[in-house]
Amino acid sequence: MDIHEYQAKELLARHGVHVPRGGLAYSPEQATYRAREIGGGKWVLKAQVHSGARGKAGGIKLCANDEEISSAAEAMLGRKLVTQQTGPRGKLISRLYLEEAVDIAQELYVGFVLDRKEERVMIVASAAGGMEIEDIVEKAPDSILRTSVDPGVGMQRFQAREIAFGLGLDHNLIGKAAETIFSCYQVFRDYDASMLEINPLVVTRDGNLIALDAKMSFDENALFRRPEISELRDKSQEDPRETFASDRGLSYVGLDGNIGCIINGAGLAMATMDMIKIAGGEPANFLDIGGGASPERVAKSFRAVLGDKNVETILVNIFAGINRCDWVAEGVIKAIREVGVTVPLVVRLSGTKAEEGRRILADSGEAVIVADTLAEAAEKAVAAWRAAAKKKAA
Amino acid sequence: MAILLNRSTRVIVQGFTGKIGSFHAEDMKRYGTKLVGGVTPGKGGQTHLGLPVFNTVKGAVRETRAEASIVFVPPPFAADSIMEAADAGIKLCVCITDGIPSQDMMQVKRYMRRYRFEDRMRLIGPNCAGMITPGQALMGIMPGNIYLPGRVGIVGRSGTLGYEAASQMKALGIGVSTSVGIGGDPINGSSFKDILKLFEQDDETDAVVMIGEIGGPQEAEAAIWARDNMRKPLIAYIAGLSAPKGRRMGHAGAIISAFGESAQEKVEILKEAGVIIVPTPSSFGEVVADTLARMKKAA
Repeated sequence: MDIHEYQAKELLARHGVHVPRGGLAYSPEQATYRAREIGGGKWVLKAQVHSGARGKAGGIKLCANDEEISSAAEAMLGRKLVTQQTGPRGKLISRLYLEEAVDIAQELYVGFVLDRKEERVMIVASAAGGMEIEDIVEKAPDSILRTSVDPGVGMQRFQAREIAFGLGLDHNLIGKAAETIFSCYQVFRDYDASMLEINPLVVTRDGNLIALDAKMSFDENALFRRPEISELRDKSQEDPRETFASDRGLSYVGLDGNIGCIINGAGLAMATMDMIKIAGGEPANFLDIGGGASPERVAKSFRAVLGDKNVETILVNIFAGINRCDWVAEGVIKAIREVGVTVPLVVRLSGTKAEEGRRILADSGEAVIVADTLAEAAEKAVAAWRAAAKKKAA
Repeated sequence: MAILLNRSTRVIVQGFTGKIGSFHAEDMKRYGTKLVGGVTPGKGGQTHLGLPVFNTVKGAVRETRAEASIVFVPPPFAADSIMEAADAGIKLCVCITDGIPSQDMMQVKRYMRRYRFEDRMRLIGPNCAGMITPGQALMGIMPGNIYLPGRVGIVGRSGTLGYEAASQMKALGIGVSTSVGIGGDPINGSSFKDILKLFEQDDETDAVVMIGEIGGPQEAEAAIWARDNMRKPLIAYIAGLSAPKGRRMGHAGAIISAFGESAQEKVEILKEAGVIIVPTPSSFGEVVADTLARMKKAA
């Protein structure tokens, strides 16, 4: 789960990391009021969306007076910010963050991630901050410092000191930098983060060390013990199709194709989507219905998939292990009648009681296209989608 | 004996008296698994499904000489249960639980390293379907009837995609020595490489099918290891061709976050290492049959 920059900064500030003075605004009036509160003569207005690369997309503006703040706020609020990371749909700007402008002497990069190879928290730092880490890797690979944390004892202060010296900082900044890095690690650990990135961490002209930006993501499996983090969820930043599904306990990822997918198991779901692609179609979504595939969950899945207006065909692929295909078939029929499915529907049932399941579908009188194998299911779904698209065009 | 699990492996269930634990314990027993008891703290001394219940894993090991344990404990307590098993001298632990926090798993892995290698517990999972040695024993939640006993090993992250592969093989009369689900989490007990090593050593396995997916370095690591050390054919499929970067596809671990983690990149790495590629998820059966036929010809 991602959070906003201002939320991440609040967490960090509470643990002793220095951040610029700033305030949240939902309107141009609030933004100018914040400028009075903060004081000074230069401010930065920042769109709060769950994405990096906001500056290039017009989501960050330097302002010198009320008018500039007001008009920048006016231009941003209610608009969708499309960055390199958001995809073409973009993300809605409904919150703004106004900060005092900082006089920058040097920009650094500090990031914390879960390293799957080492199975540890990895700290990555570079004196070439201000650009994306991918660009640092490409343009200044020698500047990158890495160190990993032993999960048994946690990060040690010498590790933070080593990074601080490694960044080539002025001697009077070493203590501050080590303290900042150490505090960031504690926030990462104490809130079950999966990613924390301070980019840039800046050295100011008056010799301070300030987190100018902050990006944080959290381990969704740990939210049960971090209620204060769960509260920071902003549904306006999510794909509405995904919010609908996740509120109903379904694992769903929206994509850009036309063939809606309802499948049990994440691996089989990905494989089925691959099969659709190989057959010449494009999947509209990833959806893992989970272990049970009860009639209720089947109905919920149909609602989630049909909530996407681009869906022109649905493919259901269930491999029944501990559940039974005859029950799944009944669930599918019930869902068709309750939800009202008007697009072509291809169903492939496999595993326990598959024969019975197929018979139930065939005998139902509903227009269900039954497939035996995975390849057949994908081919039939793509053919049905093409036929439907042709009919629509005609 | 295939790998890790056979009909004489003495198995206990952690989270034994819960609904899910009970359901699968009965299923495993029916399949032929040598179930010797279970653990639910606070219910020690009771009998459940005709088997003794213990308060602690140590107690269960002492009384039943259990060597293996399967964990159905809910996510907040699962890491603790795995460490308890490791400390009690359990040799093989399969954790089915989905939703364990990454930091808990880091601690589990660190904790297990405190034991000498010879004494160290082998962990399979979490967030997996478990494992099966067809015709002998089941330590998992998969339907036993889709596996034919035989001589091809299977190792995969996903449950149902593993079923798909096994049933395609069964349709062509190809059996399985052991099938292991290593799970869909970013940090797991055993990697692909760990399991490949066991299959390579196993006299009852002729070839291995590896079912990977997007995210993480384990498929590539396994391929490099196989290139340098494996004599048996390795056949692989990578799911997630259509997955966009940065989006988590169901499994916590199925997310493309670095170079070399997309399905296309992994397939390239595998090909270069000489691994036989299953081009589509509907051709597991065919490719395995072809490979076995070629081996027979060469022999």
